[in-house]
Amino acid sequence: MTKAWGLTSEHLLRELAPQVLGAITRRFRDFASAEDAVQEAMIAAFTQWPQAGIPDNPRGWLIQVASRRMADQARSEIARRERETTVAREAESVTPMLDIDVDMDPHDTLILLFMCCHPALSSSSAIALTLRAVGGLTTAEIANAFLVPEATMAQRISRAKQSIQNSGVPFRLPLPEERTQRLPAVLHVLYLIFNEGYASSIGVHLQRLDLAREAIRLTRNAKALLPDNAEIAGLLALMLLTDARRAARTGPDEELIPLDQQDRRLWDRAEIAEGLELLTPALSKGPVGLYQLQAAIAAVHDEAERAEDTDWPQILALYELLKRVSPGPMVTLNHAIAAAMVHGADQGLQLLKALDADARFADHYRLAAVRAHLLEKMGDYEAAIKHYRVAAAQTTSIPEQNYLMAQAARLAGH
Amino acid sequence: MKYILMMNTMKAGQGVLNWQQKELQAHIAFMMNLNKDLREAGELVSAEGLSFPDQARLVRAGKNGVPVTDGVFPESKEFLAGYWIVDVDSPERAYAIAARVSAAPGPGGAPLNIKIKVRPIMSGPPPEMP
Repeated sequence: MTKAWGLTSEHLLRELAPQVLGAITRRFRDFASAEDAVQEAMIAAFTQWPQAGIPDNPRGWLIQVASRRMADQARSEIARRERETTVAREAESVTPMLDIDVDMDPHDTLILLFMCCHPALSSSSAIALTLRAVGGLTTAEIANAFLVPEATMAQRISRAKQSIQNSGVPFRLPLPEERTQRLPAVLHVLYLIFNEGYASSIGVHLQRLDLAREAIRLTRNAKALLPDNAEIAGLLALMLLTDARRAARTGPDEELIPLDQQDRRLWDRAEIAEGLELLTPALSKGPVGLYQLQAAIAAVHDEAERAEDTDWPQILALYELLKRVSPGPMVTLNHAIAAAMVHGADQGLQLLKALDADARFADHYRLAAVRAHLLEKMGDYEAAIKHYRVAAAQTTSIPEQNYLMAQAARLAGH
Repeated sequence: MKYILMMNTMKAGQGVLNWQQKELQAHIAFMMNLNKDLREAGELVSAEGLSFPDQARLVRAGKNGVPVTDGVFPESKEFLAGYWIVDVDSPERAYAIAARVSAAPGPGGAPLNIKIKVRPIMSGPPPEMP
């Protein structure tokens, strides 16, 4: 007996991936090979289930196919491809194993998340491995999302696993103390996946895998596993409160529309409501962290019916808190914008001066862009044009560059 | 973040065509090794070598968009010989790869120390506008 393949089936399959990987890793005590085997089982399922239907025990099916693969490990990419074809054929004869669910450990997804976001990894490696091992995505999908060749992405993932193997980290949940210490790295990786997705979700890249939604899904799962952690709730709220504005942030020609000019009727009310619902209890739970504060700022924006209704004094107060919790040039910059909105552009410009001394940030386009914006508010159009042009030359984003050049051209036409 | 590493060489005839076979082989092996390492590091997006400048044509639109081509330009001093596109974690890493490319062996096996132009590739916008 099988069920038909439907829209939710793909989702189900992805949710099963970390569970199956947990079972295989514990059974064979080899995370790196288990991860390859599960990837192959996933590809076999993606190939067969849409035609043959979903097996009665999909988890058992995947575990069995992956277990078989474990016997025959591959080293080269070519061998891997050949095997995938074989698996697809072999898998047709798989019979469900009924005792398979004894392998289930509810912590598996969490263990894997900590493992893939290991501090020994660079962020790009951690992102790729997390998407594959925890997110259940295929290498091809991840490669496509980051616009790199599949072989390159496969190598990146395999190197990441090698680093984890070399670090000798055991396959178990980190102890509570270690968990607290390592959670920020996990949250950072999830945040980066979201950012990558949100940033690329316009124009030519629309057909790419929706990484922002994947990040929300993974963070939602992490929150379910660590329900008492206020920062995970804060991160999920931040993602939802930001993603809610997605439809309003670009115009018909894919041009960027800044927050104060967006058509707020296009904002996703359901996402905003969910974000707010998550945030309120999180803020009352112990020390307020970086993500909760950013989510709180996003919430203040989202709650304003019109741009001019924005409660800037509250945003300024939140940035002052953020400066203490997580100081950095980007926070200083945003703090200066909030200060300008509350106390006037000249005060904002004063605060920006602190960033000129920061060698790593002095050439950042955002500094020039904000300075241009504040100079324009002061009525100094000539200086504003100059800084808009500097910012346009410094950015590596095409939509951002178009926006900045348009601002300079608008003022030049005055 | 992605970077393009562009290798410019002097125009044809002045360089590689006059090398000895051993020198050529060493140079090619060096490049193959480099590409293999970049691929294995999960950093290589693409790498291409370009044809000799004799094959280059300048094209512009003529009447009704019909292509008008122009031939070789002897006054050009430098030509793009090849490029790499890499996806790396930091600009420093892109510079390190460029330095390795630059040290490719030439005549007598000595490093060429070719100038490599490194430029960031434009990407998507950051998450939010100010």
